[in-house]
Amino acid sequence: MIQAAGVSIRNVNVSYGANHVLKNVSLEIAPGEFFAFLGPSGCGKTTLLRLIAGFNQADSGEVRIAGQDVAHLPPWKRDVGMVFQSYALWPHMTVARNVAFGLEERRRPRAEIERRVAAALELVGLSPLARRRPSQLSGGQQQRVALARTIAVEPKVLLLDEPLSNLDARLRVQVRRELRDLQQRLGLTAIFVTHDQEEANTICDRIAVMNDGVVQQVGTPMELYERPANLFVAGFLGTANILEGRLVEESGHRLFEIAGGVRLPVPDGSAMGPSARLVFRPQHAAVARPGSAGGALTGTVIHREFLGATVRYALKIGQAEISVDASFQSGEQLFAPGDSVDVTLPREAILWLSP
Amino acid sequence: MAAIALTPRRYGADATPGQMALALAIALFLGAFLVVPVVTVVYVAFTERGTGAFTLVNFYDFFATELFLRSFWNSIYVSLMSVVWASAIALPLAYLTSRFEFRGSAIIQTLGFLPLIMPPFVGAVAMQLLFGRNGTVNLLLDEWFDFKIPFMEGLNGVIFVEALHYFPFILINLSAALANIDRAMEEAAQNLGCSGFRLFRRIVFPLAMPGYVAGASLVFVKVFDDLATPLLLNAKDLLAPQAYLRVTSIGIADPMGYVISVVLIVGSIAAVWLSNLALKGKDYATAQRGGGGLSRHTMKPWESAVAYAVVTIILLLVLAPHIGLLILSLATVWSFSPLPDAYTLAHYSRVFGESSIYIKNTLIYAALAGLIDVVVGTAIAYLVLRTRLIGRQWLDWTAMAALAIPGVVLGIGYLRTFYGVTLPDGTPLATLWIMIVLALAVRRLPYALRACHAALQQISVAVEEAAENLGATKARAVRRVVVPLMTGGLLAGFVTSFSTAAVELSATLMLVQSNSDAPLAYGLYVFMQSAAGRGPGAALGVIAVVFVAVCAYASHLLVERRQRVQGAAK
Repeated sequence: MIQAAGVSIRNVNVSYGANHVLKNVSLEIAPGEFFAFLGPSGCGKTTLLRLIAGFNQADSGEVRIAGQDVAHLPPWKRDVGMVFQSYALWPHMTVARNVAFGLEERRRPRAEIERRVAAALELVGLSPLARRRPSQLSGGQQQRVALARTIAVEPKVLLLDEPLSNLDARLRVQVRRELRDLQQRLGLTAIFVTHDQEEANTICDRIAVMNDGVVQQVGTPMELYERPANLFVAGFLGTANILEGRLVEESGHRLFEIAGGVRLPVPDGSAMGPSARLVFRPQHAAVARPGSAGGALTGTVIHREFLGATVRYALKIGQAEISVDASFQSGEQLFAPGDSVDVTLPREAILWLSP
Repeated sequence: MAAIALTPRRYGADATPGQMALALAIALFLGAFLVVPVVTVVYVAFTERGTGAFTLVNFYDFFATELFLRSFWNSIYVSLMSVVWASAIALPLAYLTSRFEFRGSAIIQTLGFLPLIMPPFVGAVAMQLLFGRNGTVNLLLDEWFDFKIPFMEGLNGVIFVEALHYFPFILINLSAALANIDRAMEEAAQNLGCSGFRLFRRIVFPLAMPGYVAGASLVFVKVFDDLATPLLLNAKDLLAPQAYLRVTSIGIADPMGYVISVVLIVGSIAAVWLSNLALKGKDYATAQRGGGGLSRHTMKPWESAVAYAVVTIILLLVLAPHIGLLILSLATVWSFSPLPDAYTLAHYSRVFGESSIYIKNTLIYAALAGLIDVVVGTAIAYLVLRTRLIGRQWLDWTAMAALAIPGVVLGIGYLRTFYGVTLPDGTPLATLWIMIVLALAVRRLPYALRACHAALQQISVAVEEAAENLGATKARAVRRVVVPLMTGGLLAGFVTSFSTAAVELSATLMLVQSNSDAPLAYGLYVFMQSAAGRGPGAALGVIAVVFVAVCAYASHLLVERRQRVQGAAK
């Protein structure tokens, strides 16, 4: 069993010339945790991962692995395993030689190398292919060799740089499950870089959502989905309706007026600034025939998409456009573009978020 | 649908009579001036003199003759040592440019084009004067440190000149291989605990190996086939000079010249075959996704100083033949002294005066050869890319096969094949100057063909079809759309053929019958034979260098402009 190590990143800044790639990033990753850096391309997630591996230098701040400051350590002395996006399997070596490489560099006795290579290949289910060359393997097999090569040296931390991006959709689902099982079995600390929220949600204990070099929010997948800290997180994880408007007062009650004059009550005690937006998920609102729901907003259907289990309506409320999901029941009469509908929006489903 | 499926494919299904006639004409040209001469050489080597019966006795004689056996091993030794020394120069340079942020990289890359435009024999004599036993460098060494280095003694001279000349083939190929390495390959090794020289030995060098082997085999073949450099350096115990001397001194009936020719062909093909064998299954470029080359470091001051020192020394060595040639062309007397006694322009006036026939001949020969190459090259490219004529690919392969035939072999083949063919007045065909042009055209056809092929390939058929769709006839579409788009490529092909044909010697050496028919390279060779002729010979060499450099630059501009125009079109 590998001794899992925690990673702590404190006030890290990285710049390439005028380009400030990481801005004061701080994160605590617990031993044995499966952690994700999630964000769009260019958000700094890969830079942060490479910083931990030692391929980048921070301008300021510190990175600690298992409590030890690693700033002065070159990549080859850090003992963190990295699985590269391109896998980076060496084409001039067989699968077994690839996996043995790290152990050879650590000057392990030959018998031990053989044993551990066999064990690593066994773990990823590739024992029969040990003598093949990487070019003779499928994409999924190559990915597993890359993983076996990394875990064979029993690194303190496992770094995964978009490891699933070169696989087809079906294989991706299978491999991410295997990856999670493997991490659990070995008790490794793993850090996973991805731009795909579904990947992060299904595989990781906690996620750091990043944008523009800044950590936007850290939390479990459920926390991030239910209580996004800002508009970016709300929009990046799942679909969200984001309505702009202004705060108005009417007879002592605070109201939110969206463009077009439609007003919604603002719950008492909710702390919201003047620039706040109204945010809700499509499935939390409901559509009904006009007049069937009291106190509802009125909208017009402008578009309808059938998604299988649900039907997604694009509605116009005032001048704003929103999406609302209705579950699909067979035989049910659907609304058509041009229909007027009532829209109900439970108060507890509404979030008030700042940009 | 059914009708299409049931119609059997006929030979030359979609070919028009015009296309078939064109293909036939090209096949006749290649057959007469490439295939028949080479096959004749091979045939003569394997047949008994007089009777024409098959025999291996000629080869037995070859391996039983001490001189030939020595020449054989000398040729292999010289080729291998040239590869070794070329590697010794190319490896550090490739490492420097791929590993470090280095301003000198641009200079090193430029060096890579020198051998492509000049054959090595041009500067060979100048190298004698700079590095020979009593050359500049050894005189100075002797004076200051009391020792000499035998750079140019015997085979050393050939190795020295060839290695200096051909190392860029290794440099270019190796640099390309290094630049193709996925950076993650290196990082993955570092991540697993590998660094420094071990990283280079275990990961970087094996991945760059295919590029190195490709470059090294090219150098081997070039040196193995080279005739003019050893002749000018008076190193005659090598295969190519032996073949030449045998045929010119004993006569075209003597089988030994042909046997040596076959050995030359086999040696060249074997070298390429062996390198392909070594590279089998090692096309790493396709197995790597990222690319981007190795990570580059900025150099520490002392590293930078060492790098610049290395580059400067190599630059001086590489330019030495050219500098030496220039000095020689301006020198009155240059012997047993580091530099000439005095300087003069007399050699140039002599060359432009009485020897201007060489320059005139060269212009005519090279221009005609270039023209033939572009016409034949375009025709082959058109047949290959735009028709479905059966066997069109064979025309391409046959034309490209000229690359594998050493110039001296082609020359011997021409002599043998066309000596028996006479004009009505009894003049043998082989003595006509047009044979020189044809030999040059066949030798340079592969380069022009690739240029024409590339030019036509870049023009999508849809461009032609769009013109036809808007009412242009086939001929008008070709004239108004295809030809204007191809012009740049055709010109580049012409310039490449023209400029390399202008300095070709190994095939023409055989075919020049009189001084009045001789091209510049031949004149240079003749001049260099005597001490008194060195000055004018060097002046001719300088003219050739300038001539080829201007052509190469023009072709570079043409290619660049074409790329810009076509890039804008996309």
